[in-house]
Amino acid sequence: MPYQQDCTVLNLQALNSHTYELLLEAGGIAEEARPGQFVNVSCGEGRLLRRPISICETSAMQLRLVFEVRGAGTEWLSRRDIDDQVSVLGPLGRGFDAEDKRVLFIGGGIGVPPLLWAAEGAEHADAALGFARADRVILADDFSRVCTRALIATDDGSMGVHGTAMDAANRLLAEHTYDLICACGPKPLLKAAAEAAAKAGIPCQVSMEERMGCGVGACLVCAVPLRDKNGQVYYGHVCKDGPVFFAQEVVFDD
Amino acid sequence: MTDLHVELAGVTLKNPIVVASGTYGFGREYGQFYDLSKLGAICVKGLTLQRREGNPPPRIAETPAGILNSVGLQNPGVDEFIAKELPFLRQYDVKVIVNISGNTPEEYGQMCEKLSEAGVDLIEVNISCPNVKAGGLAYGTRPELAAEVTAVAKAHATAPVMVKLSPNVTDIVTIAKAVEDAGADALSLINTLLGMRIDLRTRRPVLKNNMGGLSGPAVFPVAVRMVYQVRQATRLPILGMGGVASGRDAAELMMAGADAVAVGTACFADAYAPVRTRDELARYLEENDLNARELTNTVRPW
Ligand SMILES: Cc1cc2nc3c(=O)[nH]c(=O)nc-3n(C[C@H](O)[C@H](O)[C@H](O)COP(=O)(O)OP(=O)(O)OC[C@H]3O[C@@H](n4cnc5c(N)ncnc54)[C@H](O)[C@@H]3O)c2cc1C
Ligand SMILES: Cc1cc2nc3c(=O)[nH]c(=O)nc-3n(C[C@H](O)[C@H](O)[C@H](O)COP(=O)(O)O)c2cc1C
Ligand code: FES
Repeated sequence: MPYQQDCTVLNLQALNSHTYELLLEAGGIAEEARPGQFVNVSCGEGRLLRRPISICETSAMQLRLVFEVRGAGTEWLSRRDIDDQVSVLGPLGRGFDAEDKRVLFIGGGIGVPPLLWAAEGAEHADAALGFARADRVILADDFSRVCTRALIATDDGSMGVHGTAMDAANRLLAEHTYDLICACGPKPLLKAAAEAAAKAGIPCQVSMEERMGCGVGACLVCAVPLRDKNGQVYYGHVCKDGPVFFAQEVVFDD
Repeated sequence: MTDLHVELAGVTLKNPIVVASGTYGFGREYGQFYDLSKLGAICVKGLTLQRREGNPPPRIAETPAGILNSVGLQNPGVDEFIAKELPFLRQYDVKVIVNISGNTPEEYGQMCEKLSEAGVDLIEVNISCPNVKAGGLAYGTRPELAAEVTAVAKAHATAPVMVKLSPNVTDIVTIAKAVEDAGADALSLINTLLGMRIDLRTRRPVLKNNMGGLSGPAVFPVAVRMVYQVRQATRLPILGMGGVASGRDAAELMMAGADAVAVGTACFADAYAPVRTRDELARYLEENDLNARELTNTVRPW
């Protein structure tokens, strides 16, 4: 069940030049949250729409969010002070099903944080995480803590594998077997992860993004093209049916 | 305690607060936050005769004090609504208003028959959706077509018929009168105002549909003006809406001429907006020693 709650900022910390980690006192929201779900955060007077942010992790009634400054809303959020109140709606949507499985997590950029908590809950977790450059790498220590193998890739080769998250993932897939792939990041990465999973004959879950209104499934603005069992294409909704979908349902090239 | 009940086309609402079509689904989602029986009425997502998938995403853009949407009437169709959603809503002590859109007057007629038979409390005939190509807005901008749709709906409905007017017209009064003469039992206004945003970087419209409907606080003064004009020109009861986000907004729209008020876009910022609006309105009425029916059309124009 979702709640709408004013949450106290416990900590706000820059992870790099434009990525922040926000720790909120979140009571029931944190208690009911599952890995891969998201919250819808009010980002200041004059911005009518809440901003969807995935839950990175929860512990003891606290919500850990990691976000990138993209526009005015996330910029506002990055300027909160400790003890400020932020209105949060959540937990929302459907998350990952990684529990009790051997899972390969594939994340790109700001798509990395939503995978952390799911990795913690998996029976066995490996991760392939891609970033633009070494100075953009985030959560490397957290993933090393919860994963057996955590490979970092950078586009310019300044850290780890020279290439994308998928290049790192292919190395892991060549040597190990998994029950499931969980992916979050840019669409081309999700599509590549889905193709790799299909090739390996295992299911794949992807976390999708779309612009949102209500965040709860009432306004139908966050449409995502999906394919039903008969191959018929229809519009599902990221906030309610997702954000995490089985890749075989998703129509990637629309 | 203040007497909050109001009448809308012969239907008694226990308070004047309705939720606006398309912003509240079929009630299930916001029903997780509070008891839907707290509302005067629920106006459900716009239905069509057949299921519709709606427009491709993105379907929403933020604007100063508002949003643009281009959902395009995604809905499961009227039969599926009657079978799966209406029984859910009937668990609550709340009036059910069903919003309908057709491609032809006959489709409006068919839906009115089905919904009347299913026992809905009030039918809201949408002749003003800016997000679909056929019907919709075309009916709402031409008085003779608006009258035709109204007459056909009335001929097929046993439930009262409320016609939802478009603000995308030069003279809303002409349309309102045409609809009144054709037999409408009530009017609702306003639907969204056609708008557009462009991403400076890509030079692409933010909405995949290029254009969409503006709602939220940005349209509130337009709603007040149009409700006022229509109230001056017709005798029909009015469900007012457009940017209402507080009890004070609701009171203002009622003063301008609305008998009841719908809250829509405000729900996205505050899931509790309709209930909060109801409570704030009740407090305002109490402070002014009024019941809800005594506020309507009490503006004192210069
Ligand atoms: C399910 C989901 C989970 C997300 N999780 C995270 C996360 O964990 N960390 C993170 O940094 N970002 C995340 N995002 C993206 C984040 O929501 C956007 O970056 C943010 O909304 C931008 O707001 P803004 O005001 O800064 O930017 P602006 O561009 O000014 O925003 C304008 C409008 O567009 C919307 N918008 C812009 N970009 C996006 C986008 N990519 N997705 C959805 N709406 C968008 C905004 O919400 C706002 O309504 C997630 C998005 C979704 C849908
Ligand atoms: C996402 C969205 C979907 C809507 N869908 C419908 C609809 O299906 N039928 C309809 O008559 N009006 C629809 N509307 C218009 C609202 O019912 C209302 O007339 C308008 O939004 C103004 O009120 P508001 O500013 O309080 O939202 C929709 C509005 C929004 C924001
Ligand atoms: S954001 Fe309203 S339905 Fe998804």
